Amino acid sequence: MQINRGGPVYDVVVIGSGAGGGTTVKVLTDLGVSVALIEAGPMLNPAKDFKEHMWPSQLPERGAGEGGGVYFGKGPAFGPFLAPNGYWDIEGEPYTVAKGDDFRWFRSRILGGRTNHYGRISLRFADYDFASYSRDGLGTDWPITYDEISPYYDKAEAFIGVTGTKEGIRSAPDGIFQTPPPPRVHEVLIKKSCDKLKIPCIPTRLAIITKPLNGRPACHYCGQCGRGCVTASNYSSSQVQIFPAMKSGKLKIFPNSMARELITDGAGKVTAVSYIDKDTRTERQIKCRTVVLAASACESARLLLNSKGPGYTNGLANSSGVVGRYLTDSTGYGISGYIPALEGRGRYDEDGFGGMHMYIPWWEWDKKNKTFPRGYHVEFGGGYNMPGVGSFHGTCRSHEGYGKSLKDAIRTGYGNTIGLSGRGEMIPNENTFCEIDPQMVDRFGIPVLRFHFKWTDYEINQVRHMHETFTNIIETMGGKVLGLRNPERESAGISVGGSIIHEIGTVRMGSDQKASALNKYCQAHDVKNLFVADAGPFVSNPDKNPTLTICALAWRTAEYLAEELRKGNV
Amino acid sequence: MFNETTSRRDLLRNVALAVTLGGLNAEAAQHVHQAAAVEKATTGIYKPKLLNPHEFQTMQRLADLIIPADEHSKGALDAGAVEFIDLLCSQSPELAATYTGGIGWLDQAMGHRYQTNFVASKPDQQTEMLDLIAFRKNDSPELGPGIVFFDWARKMVVDAYYTSPIGVKDVGYMGNKGMSEFKVPAEAIAYAVKRSGL
Repeated sequence: MQINRGGPVYDVVVIGSGAGGGTTVKVLTDLGVSVALIEAGPMLNPAKDFKEHMWPSQLPERGAGEGGGVYFGKGPAFGPFLAPNGYWDIEGEPYTVAKGDDFRWFRSRILGGRTNHYGRISLRFADYDFASYSRDGLGTDWPITYDEISPYYDKAEAFIGVTGTKEGIRSAPDGIFQTPPPPRVHEVLIKKSCDKLKIPCIPTRLAIITKPLNGRPACHYCGQCGRGCVTASNYSSSQVQIFPAMKSGKLKIFPNSMARELITDGAGKVTAVSYIDKDTRTERQIKCRTVVLAASACESARLLLNSKGPGYTNGLANSSGVVGRYLTDSTGYGISGYIPALEGRGRYDEDGFGGMHMYIPWWEWDKKNKTFPRGYHVEFGGGYNMPGVGSFHGTCRSHEGYGKSLKDAIRTGYGNTIGLSGRGEMIPNENTFCEIDPQMVDRFGIPVLRFHFKWTDYEINQVRHMHETFTNIIETMGGKVLGLRNPERESAGISVGGSIIHEIGTVRMGSDQKASALNKYCQAHDVKNLFVADAGPFVSNPDKNPTLTICALAWRTAEYLAEELRKGNV
Repeated sequence: MFNETTSRRDLLRNVALAVTLGGLNAEAAQHVHQAAAVEKATTGIYKPKLLNPHEFQTMQRLADLIIPADEHSKGALDAGAVEFIDLLCSQSPELAATYTGGIGWLDQAMGHRYQTNFVASKPDQQTEMLDLIAFRKNDSPELGPGIVFFDWARKMVVDAYYTSPIGVKDVGYMGNKGMSEFKVPAEAIAYAVKRSGL
């Protein structure tokens, strides 16, 4: 489609308002560039949309959801208290999964996207993560080094606010840190247990501020980050980057706008973005000098694959054929343990951060000849959490019975269970990718994605290692592992692909134009005024959560883009 | 601009106030209103939405047996457990069938044993039955449906109880307040470390 209509021409059109889009908008508007931001969901109003500080008893269904949906695995993802508009399934906007495969795709259609609720875990990739192929011959090296991205980690951390301590651990590079909160009692025990096992356990690195920053007050320790923070004391692109950018006069937001296709001039440049106004189901266009895709790795790949024209019949910026390929998710595995030592420690307010106050970075990064080549980090849960629907189902199952003895068991056991979760690196494989489903379109007529997903033994063996590690940690502190997930079985209890919500790599960067879609500035090899600023450009998905690296990479891309605009190169 | 201490204190006061009033936002306020209506209904005469009077009474007796009042706190009846179950049943045919079917099974089983239904039977007859269906080890073709039903009743009564202000207080959850600084009692750490042997 090459119809150009009237209307202003924006220097940059950004598609998607999550970590990548928010960072791009912030950096560009700070540099005086005019930006149009397209978001597939509605605007966010934290005062109205966030359910922070609400008690279950304030909902008629107590948090069980309409018709007790929580009991049947239905209803809003992660329960009705989570920050809004995040779903595994969106009505009218399906995706498909190839027969015999399993994949789940979490999308959040609202200003700020998934950053409104995400876990705020903010870990730098290590120097060796950018050169993993050179180390073990698997995957591909990044076209950039740690030293090239490090200044942008600094900028991102200093701006969004990340807690941490200087540890000098190679797998977990130090950064610009705010003071983390002290460990909870169970976290002290985990740390001591790890000390015995010679596993590092260090203060948490979360995008939650303990000191005021840029007008945002410090955390008030209610433990409900996932519900969205009304005081913006944690990072969300909506509150921390986009709302302030709206005051610049340089930003125009188009909410409820689903990008459909990129329009080109036939000479290798994008001239406009075609989108559907969801309210009216009408197609509209925004003209642009440049475009930044930040719709999430898979949505950005989908948009490119759906943009076809003479000379690019298999999708825009896809002469390499890699768009949609090299998809990975983090591995996930978790077990919980009951810790008798915690019984009877007295009651106190243990809410703290909405997340752990300590964590375990990967510690065997310098060992070779393992049955799995890449590592994982460990996250913790536990403590005196707000009781909710399901909080005591475990006790109901283990104690059974009824009456005063059940009531006593719940009282005694409350707050003594810990959870350990591993998040590890998956190596891209040829059986894992997304493509356009040849038969299905969404309710706007946009062809949908079909996913293919397979773990390999590298990941299965890694998860078995997690099981042994977690069991050792729990038992070393005198705890008892609960609800074994049978690591003997073939899949070893590994998470379903996509369910950790760390999908990356589908529009990867590289120095070889035949094997990558983007150059080292996340600029398309084929289309010089097209950039990608989500996790699509990632070449690998190390044992660190992607968000901080999305922010750092987007920051770097936005600065490069602004400079190229200034020079008249794009 | 306020100095940080002042604005922070104001913020926390607002947070605390919002929690007390449940009035953080319009949506929350609406839920409070609804919850209040539910509570009012429980203290007055609640009109069951799905369960018939006999089924409602049976669930009341079961709820009282599952989480009774004790020397620490009131029980599931006062926490609105049966109203919670009835409300969800009214929204879900699947759940409704679980409860009406379960109660039907229970009455029939009581009839075979004691020639009466569950609510009308004697307390020791009721607990004799629960001592069977409250444990998976008693699973058999004869008791299976009762065990499945009781598992549902137990977990939903427990959910209703511990999400109520009475239950929150009973387990001793002290959070959802916000605090200016996160602290952990040193004696709690010392106590747990000592007990762990670490």
